[in-house]
Amino acid sequence: MIVRFIEKLGRDSLYYMHDLGRMGIFLAHSVIGVFMRPFRFRALLKQIRLIGANSVSLIFFTGAFTGMVLGLQGYYTLLKFGSEGWLGSTVALSLIRELGPVLTALMVTGRAGSAMCAEIGIMRNSEQIDALECMAVSPFRYLISPKVVATIISVPILTQIFNVVGIFGGYFAGIILLNGNPGAYFSSIEQSLVNQDITLGITKSFVFAMLIVWICTGRGYFVHQIRNAGFGAEGVSRVTTQAVVLSSISILVWDYLLTAMLL
Amino acid sequence: MTQPIIQLVNIVKSFDSQLVLDHLNLDFPAGKTTVIAGASGQGKSVTLKLILGLIKPDSGQILVDGRDITEMRRKELNDIRADFGVLFQGAALLDSLTLFENVALPLQERTNLNNKKIHEQVRSSLVQFGLEDHEDKYPAQLSGGMKKRAGLARALQLKPRIMLFDEPTTGLDPEKSMEIYRLFFDTQQKFGYTSIIVSHDIPRIFNLADQVVVMNRGRVTTFMPPEEIQRSEIPEIKSLIRHTMGDIYMG
Ligand SMILES: Nc1ncnc2c1ncn2[C@@H]1O[C@H](COP(=O)(O)OP(=O)(O)OP(=O)(O)O)[C@@H](O)[C@H]1O
Ligand SMILES: [Mg+2]
Repeated sequence: MIVRFIEKLGRDSLYYMHDLGRMGIFLAHSVIGVFMRPFRFRALLKQIRLIGANSVSLIFFTGAFTGMVLGLQGYYTLLKFGSEGWLGSTVALSLIRELGPVLTALMVTGRAGSAMCAEIGIMRNSEQIDALECMAVSPFRYLISPKVVATIISVPILTQIFNVVGIFGGYFAGIILLNGNPGAYFSSIEQSLVNQDITLGITKSFVFAMLIVWICTGRGYFVHQIRNAGFGAEGVSRVTTQAVVLSSISILVWDYLLTAMLL
Repeated sequence: MTQPIIQLVNIVKSFDSQLVLDHLNLDFPAGKTTVIAGASGQGKSVTLKLILGLIKPDSGQILVDGRDITEMRRKELNDIRADFGVLFQGAALLDSLTLFENVALPLQERTNLNNKKIHEQVRSSLVQFGLEDHEDKYPAQLSGGMKKRAGLARALQLKPRIMLFDEPTTGLDPEKSMEIYRLFFDTQQKFGYTSIIVSHDIPRIFNLADQVVVMNRGRVTTFMPPEEIQRSEIPEIKSLIRHTMGDIYMG
């Protein structure tokens, strides 16, 4: 019984080490591919459209409602302490430091990350990736690198859109609907927001972008080798779910780590 | 016999606990056509993937022009692969590209030709393969035979020295199969490549073969010339032929 348990523990740890190792090599190849010629502008633009541009309305929507709920909640909480004049700064700091990067990254994971994973997984299962290799076309350079660049460009921009829309959403809920003080809203933001907050937010959005594209394309790429994933369409669907979960968890963990490190 | 261009030496390959190739030794002579036959699941596709370097053997050597590809780094391997053309069992066209873009892909990625030259070359091969009316269709909109032809057209763009075909005619009606064989014959005449064909299309495929190899439980029996296979007294071969050709032939 105990022997069996230790055996399983050993096997599992070996598997996870191996998995992490190949994901690491995958990441290295994808990043190196970014710097190799030829630069694929058309592929890049297409990916920016898929990952970034097509997510704008979603980000707009989530940003607006997140800001509005922050405005609403914040207003009543601050009212208790008689400091409702700080509403603007509360909303803006929550968005710029935490909610903007995290929620944007989670939305992009759900919308674009799952799609990337499924696309690469299907290409793997239908031998399209093998075919690329046989034509001596690097699948990293051809498939993965444009997605890496596109995600790294798109996610920070989407995050900023989220923040700006969210700040106006907070204004709408806290000032227009609840009759707060309009001048104080923006001046409190100006007074409390420092460069460090913005740097933290932007750093986060870059790190999250990397996590999303790495985990989602990597899971798809290794769909045939992931333990217990099953095969064919079922394998792709399980691995896609796994990629979304793993990517979301990593985003939350790294959010904590980065806040702790850069605070 | 000509000098072999590819040699498999003592290849062992297993998946988990299943031994698929058991000390396989096999030579492919340059400029000749080798047909690999054998019942389903005997390791034919695995053998092709080994030759392409897509999977690694547990032990043994795979020599291409006398150099062992199992020891090679990715870059060297890519240089060797540039000499290979492959038609996969399912054609393996990239399904987010049109037929035209699929055929143009090797030229765009592996040559310095300008767009105009690429267009000309792809156009003319689409005409040769009877696909010119479908160049804007995506793989999902093509029939099985068209996909195979497109796969063949793509594989030939870089003028390979070695062509590998995994079941080029499976799933096609006899007429379409003949069409593929004709294309195959024409292109081999033109380019003079060495070819390796995995096929169940016995006995028709024998007309193309210089050498026939039968795989059985991870080992091979080689016959040369192919006529011998039809007279073979080895039980596995007889059963293979009986199964694939039915009673008409036996009768
Ligand atoms: N990636 C893999 N993982 C595990 N087993 C595999 C894998 N690829 C092939 N096999 C096994 O290896 C054996 C040989 O497979 P292979 O695809 O070479 O058969 P084949 O001779 O091409 O058959 P067919 O004529 O049906 O295409 C099969 O038993 C198959 O189950
Ligand atoms: Mg096969």
